[in-house]
Amino acid sequence: MSLGDRPDMSKVAKSNAGEPAVPPSRGSQRAGAVANWADERLGLGTMLKKNLRKVFPDHWSFMLGEIALWSFVVLLLTGVFLTLWYDPSMTEVQYAGSYDPLRGVHMSSAFASTLDISFDVRGGLLLRQMHHWAAHIFIAAMMIHLLRVYFTGAFRKPRELNWVIGCLLLLLGTIEGFTGYSLPDDLLSGTGVRAADGFVKATPVVGTYMSFFMFGGEFPGDAIIPRLYIAHVLLLPGLLLALIAAHMLLLVYHKHTQWPGPGRTEQNVVGYPLLPVYAAKAGGFFFIVFGACALLGGLFSINNVWKLGPYDPSKVTAGSQPDWYMGWPDGLLRIIPPWETHIWGVTLSWNIMLPILVMPPLMITILALLPFIEQWVTGDKREHHLLQRPRNAPTRTAIMVALMTFYGLSWAAGGNDIIAIKMDLSINQITYFMRAAIFVGPVIAFMITKRWCISLQRQDKEKLLHGYETGVLVRSPAGGYAEKHLPIDEHQAYALTARDRDEVYVPEEDDLDGVSPRGRRLARLRAKLSAMFFADNVQKPTAAEVEESRAHAEHELHELEHQIATGPNKHGPSSDH
Amino acid sequence: MRLLNRSAGRLSRHRRGPLAGLLVLVLGLLLTGGLYSAFAPAQADSTQAQEELVQEGRELFLVGCAFCHGQNGEGVLTQGGTQYGPPLTDVGAAAVDFQVGTGRMPMAQPGQQPPKKDPVYSEEETAALAAYVASLGTGPAIPDRELYDPETIADANGNGSNEDEVQEYVARGGQIFLANCTACHNFEGSGGAMPRGGYAPKIRGTDPKHIYEAMLTGPYTMDTFSDGNIPPDDKLAVIAYLQTLEETPSYGGFTFGGLGPVSEGIIAWVVGLGALVAFAVWIAAHTTRTSRKKDGAEA
Repeated sequence: MSLGDRPDMSKVAKSNAGEPAVPPSRGSQRAGAVANWADERLGLGTMLKKNLRKVFPDHWSFMLGEIALWSFVVLLLTGVFLTLWYDPSMTEVQYAGSYDPLRGVHMSSAFASTLDISFDVRGGLLLRQMHHWAAHIFIAAMMIHLLRVYFTGAFRKPRELNWVIGCLLLLLGTIEGFTGYSLPDDLLSGTGVRAADGFVKATPVVGTYMSFFMFGGEFPGDAIIPRLYIAHVLLLPGLLLALIAAHMLLLVYHKHTQWPGPGRTEQNVVGYPLLPVYAAKAGGFFFIVFGACALLGGLFSINNVWKLGPYDPSKVTAGSQPDWYMGWPDGLLRIIPPWETHIWGVTLSWNIMLPILVMPPLMITILALLPFIEQWVTGDKREHHLLQRPRNAPTRTAIMVALMTFYGLSWAAGGNDIIAIKMDLSINQITYFMRAAIFVGPVIAFMITKRWCISLQRQDKEKLLHGYETGVLVRSPAGGYAEKHLPIDEHQAYALTARDRDEVYVPEEDDLDGVSPRGRRLARLRAKLSAMFFADNVQKPTAAEVEESRAHAEHELHELEHQIATGPNKHGPSSDH
Repeated sequence: MRLLNRSAGRLSRHRRGPLAGLLVLVLGLLLTGGLYSAFAPAQADSTQAQEELVQEGRELFLVGCAFCHGQNGEGVLTQGGTQYGPPLTDVGAAAVDFQVGTGRMPMAQPGQQPPKKDPVYSEEETAALAAYVASLGTGPAIPDRELYDPETIADANGNGSNEDEVQEYVARGGQIFLANCTACHNFEGSGGAMPRGGYAPKIRGTDPKHIYEAMLTGPYTMDTFSDGNIPPDDKLAVIAYLQTLEETPSYGGFTFGGLGPVSEGIIAWVVGLGALVAFAVWIAAHTTRTSRKKDGAEA
């Protein structure tokens, strides 16, 4: 609009009463009117218009994170219900509820209210069990989502920070789970809190002080339950919600990754729009997750606190385990030799510090750093929106399988007593085995996985060059047998070849001339790691190789058919079978 | 009164009769003998029966037990000096009744802690073995029924079934159980692991008499809970609690053996997450109305 023109007044109201200057678009029905009313005040139209049509690619593995998200929603819903009845207090009361075998027993208000939720609140036990099962599923789903993201290379630029947020979510979810596990104040959770007290006290120098701050005096005191409660219902859920929001906003901002295929590039996303397809799929999945939690809560008992009774430091039970996600540090704690150092009248309990205070933070740090380490080794600073098959990154896949093996073995060690009685084994032998296995197992797993991946790559190359096995066996006139191969179709071939060739980083000695000794050492290390990552990989064939092999295959086929047609033995496959 | 005086007077007339002395003597003897047989323990007879039982037990012992425990229950040492079969001189009848009654003894071969199995000896034979071993020395006797059977709690108080009384026993027994037993036997009595391949067996479904005897004798690595430790009344309370635990329905649903968080974790992963991942695959495989087009495009 230039200055000389008369301003267009047609869209300006003549008075502040009556109809708007711009009439509502024709055909605006009641729903449209409501939407318009909202849009005029909230201005969401533009944003929604864009985002409701946002496209997501379709693959089952992309829905694993959704399981975590929806089970978190189930946790919020059931958790709110539980807060209406739960009393986070360690005041001693005498139980007078419906469960006979505990009537008259002295216990904390927290435990009494947990019993009330279980026996005297309508639907209380169902919701308590749903809450607990949903917590198990929440963390399990986060872990398999993490594995999916890692194995497909979805953590690469630009998604490294979202990976770090995911690691934090896993850590916070685990802590959230532990605080919840402690709230009923039953024998099991009290034993867990007692163990936590021991862990804190094992911290050198400040351990005892920290423990006294935590418990407001010597364990158990009467402050720990209210403190854990506020962390469980306010602090940690708040942090979790904020991080989940950030996680999902980044997902929308980065756009979802997709599997390579015809028409799918680093610049586009091929899939279906949020509305109506993904709204229906994701919304429906929420109800499925809710239903699964409800079924578990209704059919399978979890944490029968009434059988455990109130916590009492003089009591303990066999089968005292943490919930599964704390199982692996507990396993390390169970198998570590009794290492202690006594120095200047102070005991350093390595047997507690290493498995509990060192290993979990170390593992989370390794996990969070994986994308950055890989990026440094490969020198790959490009953006990636197309996923990789696990076999096409053999070393990466092998690293995670090694970590999983370590995790799994430590985890199993956490259930050593149950393994011992159920499999008629000696708990000592399990301990000795695990002590070696947690070191040897990951190495073996690494080597097997890497070789396995490379073999699969080789098979892919074979498929590209020689086609797939038809299952048709052909006997030549000379009496030899051969299987007929046919070329795979173009789409499949495209998907198989939609990956980069790996390049091993080789520093040129000239380039290193001006570099400090430290820089030179780093470059050499990077070169070694790069060779470990890529040197053994099977690279995809070149276009020329594919062409040549196709021509060769066709020729072979003709020759074979010719032989069959003219040879003495006419029992081979013919055109009329 | 007059009638009584008259009959007494009539009787009195015969008091100096020739047969009176004899009659009084006979009456006295009958009374003494009758009273004796009514009140005195049948010692002469039972001693004989007991001796027969011990003899029978000894014969069974020589055939089935002496190989490891010695011909007189003195125990057998291996060449290395370790126990082949421990001495049974002071274990008492309760230990035999527990070991043989639960099928743990005789063992198939000397070695690790024997498992519970179907008893080899009949009840009479077990009683004979118990009697023989009891005759070798001291040790606790087989408890009477009112010591171990929770059903006798109400009867003992004489006023029929008193639910409050029973409930009080159950609640007390639960606390004693959690303080003394669960560390090895698990909070649901599901059992637990002990060092070097040993184990605390599952106690759900065990005969109350055997539970009582186990507390009394402390088999294998189990502590002996003497009557000074846990008085008989408290032992009965523990058994009453265990019985209530068994009779109580599983309020929360299936329990997977009552083993605690390990089985719960397995269920969460296999059933919970397994089902949800299967649903994810199912949802991804079924795309609204566009599936045909997609298939066509790919084919």
